[in-house]
Amino acid sequence: MNDLRSVPGGAPGEGAPSGPDLPALLGRSARGDESAFAAMYDAISPKAYGLALRVVRDPAQAEEVVQESFLEVWRLAARYDADRGSAAAWILTIVHRRAVDRVRSAESATRRDAAYHDRNQPVSHDETAEAATAALEARRVRSALATLTPVQREAVELSYLRGYTHTEIARMLDLPVGTAKTRIRDGLIRLRDTMGVGSVR
Amino acid sequence: MSTDPMRTDIHALSGAYAVDALDEDERAEFEQHLAGCPSCQAEVDDLREAAATLADVTAVEPPADLRGRLLADIQTVRPRPPVVERDAHRPSRVRRRWVAPVAAAAAVVVLAGVGGVVWHPWTQSSTSPQVSAVARVEHAPDAQRFSGHGPDGATVTVYRSTSLDKAVIVAHDLGDAPDGKVYQLWLQDPAGTMHPAGFLSAGASSSATLSGAAATAKGAGVTIEPAGGSPAPTSDPVALVAFGS
Repeated sequence: MNDLRSVPGGAPGEGAPSGPDLPALLGRSARGDESAFAAMYDAISPKAYGLALRVVRDPAQAEEVVQESFLEVWRLAARYDADRGSAAAWILTIVHRRAVDRVRSAESATRRDAAYHDRNQPVSHDETAEAATAALEARRVRSALATLTPVQREAVELSYLRGYTHTEIARMLDLPVGTAKTRIRDGLIRLRDTMGVGSVR
Repeated sequence: MSTDPMRTDIHALSGAYAVDALDEDERAEFEQHLAGCPSCQAEVDDLREAAATLADVTAVEPPADLRGRLLADIQTVRPRPPVVERDAHRPSRVRRRWVAPVAAAAAVVVLAGVGGVVWHPWTQSSTSPQVSAVARVEHAPDAQRFSGHGPDGATVTVYRSTSLDKAVIVAHDLGDAPDGKVYQLWLQDPAGTMHPAGFLSAGASSSATLSGAAATAKGAGVTIEPAGGSPAPTSDPVALVAFGS
């Protein structure tokens, strides 16, 4: 797929730009602080909306996914556990699960088939994405993605950004049954190690 | 289904689970495994972290009016409290409480079942996707439904089909177990003995099959146990459901 092509030259060591303190904002949200919640929304909503949009493709549905997800974030903010990962990953996990549940439960088998065949067509929000993205972080991610094998990269993208199951992906990529899940896992491990994310336990 | 932590093939599902790429049955099976497998929990957390970095590349500004609607929404919703560790300092009364049959215990413990009712799922609007293992029991002609409350506003519902000899448990808003601990499931036999019945994961919505003799069981319980589970309950139940009628 060409929407996450790697761009050589992004140096992994540049470090991510420091943003708002999301864990602190979550903590204040848990205590009912609406302005903290608003600040958290402002910081993370482009990532959340972009992710939902990739998975569900329909802007109106992506909006609903984000709205429902952030309501859940508001309700469950006290349950966030910093020992288990970043606040951004916690929020995006909620968003992703809802987006995927929505495409799976929809009557959308045919629509998703069409979406798969359309995947090499330019989509208008891609340009918006480029413009809206924090360029430095995006460059680091792209350069990390370049370290994956092509099959690993495609398996990770089809699962995370398109919402397909590993069984569907095996069929799409002509992989033997049962190997797509391994490609996804290997790709994520490579991404984790290259990006230097994840906890050491 | 297997919750055997030594089974290697189920560990290999961690990556696909982290990116929501398992089908419903696999997801339910893996979540049951995950609840008792700290190494998979750690790996899933890590791989979710890795996957989330992809959102840096796909970011798009949401429509401006979404913010206002959301901020209006939250004014009517109360944030849930944090999970409070509840069992650490009072192990002594555990045994006695669990030895009593559930029917008696239910009167005094955290949760009382509302009693069995014949359950007609098709008259109920279901907003959350149920795994099909759950759906099979829930939709059985003789399905019974027993519901009650768990810790900190969590809800727990058990569906049982005597003809299938199966019971499933569905929990909503179950907070994370304390570090190094898991939610373990139990079925109580007619003599009052609790038998290990698997594990339940935390989360906004989770479910698991209760393994064991469901048709003759008198009740089901959930306790917090050390990772890997215990052969018998070592703590007060955080949820207890009597299969009354």
